[in-house]
Amino acid sequence: MKQSMGVRLWRWTIISFVALYLLVPLYAMFDFSTKPFGFADKGRTFRAWTMIASQPDLLAAISRSLITAAIVMALILFMIVPTAIWVHLKLPGLRRPFELLCLLPLAIPAIVIVVGIAPLYRWISINISESPITLAGVYSMLILPYTYRSLSAALDAVDIHTLAEAATTLGASISRVIFGIIMPTIKTGIVNGSFIAIALVLGEYTISNILNFKTFQVVIAQIGRQNGNVAVAVSLASLLFVIFLLLIIPTKKRQGAVLDVDVA
Amino acid sequence: MSSSAYVQLVDLVKHFGKVKALDGLTIDIAEGELVALLGPSGCGKTTALRALAGLQGLDRGQMIVDGKDVTFHNANKRGMGMVFQAYSLFPHMTARENVEYGLKLRANKIAADNRKARSGELLDLVGLSSHANHYPYQLSGGQQQRIALARALAISPKVLLLDEPLSALDAKVRTQLREEIRRIQVELGTTTLFVTHDQEEALSIADRVGVMRNGVLEQIAAPAELYDRPRTAFVAEFVGLTNPIAGKVSGGTIEILGGVVKTLPGSVTSGDGIALVRPESIDVVASKSGNATVFSASFLGATCRLSISLNDGTRVTAQLPSPEAAGLGAGAPVKVSLLDLPVFVKAAG
Repeated sequence: MKQSMGVRLWRWTIISFVALYLLVPLYAMFDFSTKPFGFADKGRTFRAWTMIASQPDLLAAISRSLITAAIVMALILFMIVPTAIWVHLKLPGLRRPFELLCLLPLAIPAIVIVVGIAPLYRWISINISESPITLAGVYSMLILPYTYRSLSAALDAVDIHTLAEAATTLGASISRVIFGIIMPTIKTGIVNGSFIAIALVLGEYTISNILNFKTFQVVIAQIGRQNGNVAVAVSLASLLFVIFLLLIIPTKKRQGAVLDVDVA
Repeated sequence: MSSSAYVQLVDLVKHFGKVKALDGLTIDIAEGELVALLGPSGCGKTTALRALAGLQGLDRGQMIVDGKDVTFHNANKRGMGMVFQAYSLFPHMTARENVEYGLKLRANKIAADNRKARSGELLDLVGLSSHANHYPYQLSGGQQQRIALARALAISPKVLLLDEPLSALDAKVRTQLREEIRRIQVELGTTTLFVTHDQEEALSIADRVGVMRNGVLEQIAAPAELYDRPRTAFVAEFVGLTNPIAGKVSGGTIEILGGVVKTLPGSVTSGDGIALVRPESIDVVASKSGNATVFSASFLGATCRLSISLNDGTRVTAQLPSPEAAGLGAGAPVKVSLLDLPVFVKAAG
């Protein structure tokens, strides 16, 4: 059915406003990062961008944050997702308490969490490791509200009980049911939850700074104190990197969704 | 209980809180037989099927399949093939991958080539080999249930369990698919337990039909016997239509509509009773001096259903071959009598 001119115009107006809302700050960042910031600079300069590589600690901080994000991803895949599936499948009575538990990190201010876990991290630093990667533990707790909501919505949208029973009667064990049937079925929910989690891990500042760990955001803040242009260039570069990550994640485009008629 | 039975469900009891879903259910199923469990919602038929599949625990009872006690076997070790009421194809797999799934899980790993050949056979059997690479969302409801049937049959199940697999489909597809299920079941000789609340479905494809109420098996018999010789009032009233007509019972007969007919075993034996008369057991002929008047007539194709008011005010329904009902429209005077067929009689009041 052909859409009327008015509908199309309205749609594009909304899309344009949203695009402006998202792109103008990015453009402003790019604009600021290319402004001259030394006596030698005349007009536009990419000096701030070329200085990124020479920043001490930056590459190490990026790799530490990415490793932390990867560990958090693994915890999501092998701990949070199976637990959420198990609760939906086998313990429906625990759904509400589990949901409430998962929402707690949202209700408790980050500073309160830091005060609570600081002694634990002192002990971890002394007895296990001083690496910022140990932050994966507290991050996997912080991401719970976002990840669980995304997973729960995906699980509610599918009749996982019937799928699980069908797989079981065909001979599948419970682990096969969870990892081989349910998880691929709620893939979109897992991916969505993981993206939010990665964004939170890469962007978290309060906890890592107070616990004195040099993560990506902490290092950016330090750079910003020395040179604002470089800090903005690093921030924009990191944003573009995350967008790049999102774009390269493989998506299976299924075409030709034609509902065939029944044949006798 | 027959020792030659392939499947034996013995004294199954299951409570859900205070509700008794199964109350001493005992059924024997012969090898290659298709038994349908029929009953209203909540009668326990699905609970019985799920118990046999291993998806539902029991409070008491024993289940024996092919001579082995499977009561405490896990569902994934029972080797049952099941088709569910809800669409249950794995959405991230193609039709072929769905059919091959159970084969991949077999303990004696089946080679990929053999799996492909087997899935091809099954897809062919359900008439969907051309849809092997389609995803479930690309298939209609009927096609999805056929693939689900192929998937259940691919593992050569000991028993095929069908849990109202046709109830989500439209009427035409339902009829087609139930005939297809029967054809495939006969072709493969798979012992099958089929649960449905649709009596037409059960009577048309099952070797025997078991009617359940409140967790109890009221009667299990061949469809014709169940229809013609019900053993309880519930079976008589649940399966097909009946006309409740009051009369006097004595010596194994009942006097109704000016005639005397034999009563079926299980009927009341004396005093006032209500005969449950099938519409086909009522004979109707046009007669100006008859004892009734046609109230309305419904054309059903091969047959015609007449709603008739007797002179004493009783309303009965009769079903005649359409040619015999020609001319018997609303207001036509008729003579109503009973064919000499035994009827079930329940106690009056």
